Amino acid sequence: MEIVRPQNRRNLLSSSNEAVSAPTIPLYRSAPPLEVRLEDFESFAIDRLRVLKGISDGMSRGKKAEEMENLVKDLWKVNMRHQEATQVLNKDIISHFVLRLVYCRTEDLRKWFLSMESALFRYRFRLLNAEAQRTVMEEFDLPYRAVSNVEFESIKEKLGQVARSMGQPSPTADAIFYKVPFEEVPELVAGRRVFINQGYAYVAMNQIVSLVATQFRSQLSKALILTNRKWTSSIREQEKHRLTPIVEALSSSYLGPDYSQSREYADISLKDIDQVAKSSFPLCMRHLFDKLKEDHHLKHGGRMQLGLFLKGVGLNLDDALAFWRSEFSKKVGLEKFEKQYAYNIRHNYGKEGKRTDYTPYSCQKIISSTPGAGDHHGCPYRHFSEENLRAALSGMGVNSQAMEDVMDKVRNRHYQLACTLTFEALHGMPCDAGINHPNQYFSDSQKILKPKKDSSA
Amino acid sequence: MIPQQEPDFNLNHLKLYYGKLFPFADLVRWVSYGNDGKHPGCDQSYIGRREFSFTLENDIYLRFQSFHNALELENSIKEKTPVKIDIGPVYTVDPAKRNAYAQSGDNNVFAPVERELIFDIDMSDYDDVRYCCSGADVCLVCWPLMTIAIKVIDTALRDDFGFKHILWVYSGRRGVHCWVCDGKARRLTNEQRGAIADYFRVYKGNENSHKKVSLMGAALHPFLATSYTNVLKNYFEKNLLTGQNLLATEERYEKILDMIPDESIASELRGRWQDSRRSSSAKEDINVVRWEQCKQLLQSGKHKAQGLRRCIEEIVFCFTYPRLDMEVSKHMNHLLKAPFCVHPKTGQFVICLCTIFY
Repeated sequence: MEIVRPQNRRNLLSSSNEAVSAPTIPLYRSAPPLEVRLEDFESFAIDRLRVLKGISDGMSRGKKAEEMENLVKDLWKVNMRHQEATQVLNKDIISHFVLRLVYCRTEDLRKWFLSMESALFRYRFRLLNAEAQRTVMEEFDLPYRAVSNVEFESIKEKLGQVARSMGQPSPTADAIFYKVPFEEVPELVAGRRVFINQGYAYVAMNQIVSLVATQFRSQLSKALILTNRKWTSSIREQEKHRLTPIVEALSSSYLGPDYSQSREYADISLKDIDQVAKSSFPLCMRHLFDKLKEDHHLKHGGRMQLGLFLKGVGLNLDDALAFWRSEFSKKVGLEKFEKQYAYNIRHNYGKEGKRTDYTPYSCQKIISSTPGAGDHHGCPYRHFSEENLRAALSGMGVNSQAMEDVMDKVRNRHYQLACTLTFEALHGMPCDAGINHPNQYFSDSQKILKPKKDSSA
Repeated sequence: MIPQQEPDFNLNHLKLYYGKLFPFADLVRWVSYGNDGKHPGCDQSYIGRREFSFTLENDIYLRFQSFHNALELENSIKEKTPVKIDIGPVYTVDPAKRNAYAQSGDNNVFAPVERELIFDIDMSDYDDVRYCCSGADVCLVCWPLMTIAIKVIDTALRDDFGFKHILWVYSGRRGVHCWVCDGKARRLTNEQRGAIADYFRVYKGNENSHKKVSLMGAALHPFLATSYTNVLKNYFEKNLLTGQNLLATEERYEKILDMIPDESIASELRGRWQDSRRSSSAKEDINVVRWEQCKQLLQSGKHKAQGLRRCIEEIVFCFTYPRLDMEVSKHMNHLLKAPFCVHPKTGQFVICLCTIFY
């Protein structure tokens, strides 16, 4: 791609590419030979970012597949238009490649971009008609065989069982299935949505999306690594005065604070913890905290979730060690604490091993975790039974009217909205931004309960 | 209940064991997967890229140990007398040299490339469904839960996933480990491992959630259906029901009644059982009799309600279906206790289990 200055208002973007009118999805295999105006460079990227951010919000609210499909359709329509119909496809391609530059630069950025672009691709694919879908499949060169009639007959009953286990009708005689090595469709395997035999998964036509999405994702993942190398080795320096500042500004404007540095309200010391736990911890952390006090122990998942949260809240390493030590030593003794647990706490603060300074978990991450037997982490709005959730909320002081509103949100799987309502009920004030991060809950709560501290010297 | 006596092993016994019995050559031959041969296709660097870790007596933990051959491993173990030996993945380069290759975190040149697909099943994860023991204790009454787990998982690994080289070992204390050694398995990515672990996952929950096993849908997935028909149902009805006295007392049958979403059916059963303490027909075991009553009411076909359709299966699954530690299986870099070593807490050996059944 060649970036041109705004003064050169040439007639850019000759569409030597695919027919613009074909309703298909570009695969972004290589940066196309297009020229882009500098102002479009930024504005196209921002428009696409709105789409990706919208997808991210939709996912963290637990929207189901059909809802996501509609959401993507709307987001795309609203943000990715262009006055000249011929430029729509180019805007699509350009915006993607610009965002690649923005989001290739760290592991976290890459992970986020990969998730959102894959989701975007998946839902856009679902919106295509069958013929367009087949065309895209061919682009990926997937050498999967359709199952022969003979084989179909022999496994028809099992295929029927799988379909009915998902609430779908059994496949008819003319249904097309593909025989695919199970490693290629991890999502379908994980959800037990396919029949698997001798290492092969039998994938229905409507599940092909998963196949294709996996391919897309893996291609993009590799491309991002390469882009990062090129960025670090040449582009960043070359574009120091032109594109680099734009690229750097774009990423930080959209991911929000990650709470890895403690904020001005939040210098919490050991003696404050019990008090602020009652007043300002979100339910997930309150539960972990209470269980820790009760059992003098937490399993790994709980230690991570609570430990990193406390770090984000401003608990320094020494106080953290003292805190965990005072609880755990009641159960396992001082010596064992030092041997088995202290190391990991220091690890979380970036003082051991590869010294990564781990960031506290966001709501999205917590909601999607899978607490098992003996665990207390996760998001109570999602992982607790209704009974237990009600008990926990009334333990926090939520009144019965608010309780019903919260449970209503939970039933509709809007876990973060439920948490937001809880916040509002307990603090008597609205929280318009909505809760996206436990540390955000904490700092918003502290802002209301404590007047602002003077900034330290 | 097997009493957990003070482990009778001290370092001298361990030294003796390492000196005379530990199968160094076999272990290394196993994890070399043929690369220790002479023909040109062998990768001489392979075994040297495998991570081992040792835990020494004073809880000193040594990671990223590597060896070029069995002799080096043997010498190191004899010299250090580790109380625990773990096996990790095969990395891109010799783990001992990892720092030379580590750049800024993004250029990940030091990364795992091969690792057996592993599973860890721990008896203490079944504490809410066994009354004979808890925690690290294991006895003949609850051990069948491990047998069940092995049968279900082993069958699926072979029939569904097509794996062939599967090793099951007793973990030395309270459970079993599974090592799937096919080349295809060793090269699976974290995502694929997670997918297989999720495929096996049925029990979702802990003391905070209510419905821990939820089998929706008009039919069971073939894997679950086969597991139920061939393994779970029989063990539950012929073994665990009686062995664990699951319905014999009020406290225990309430737990099962709790899993029935229809209060009127639960009440009816409760009514019958509260009275029947008086009846002394010792002919049939009380658990068996009561379970029959449950089945009759719930499977009679009269009740078409969604939640009831699979109630019996859900109860059986809850009490029998394998509970895996998901994190162990999902990550290539997870370290797992090596077979043939000694469990430091019990002094018992981590030994292989035969899987010849049917």
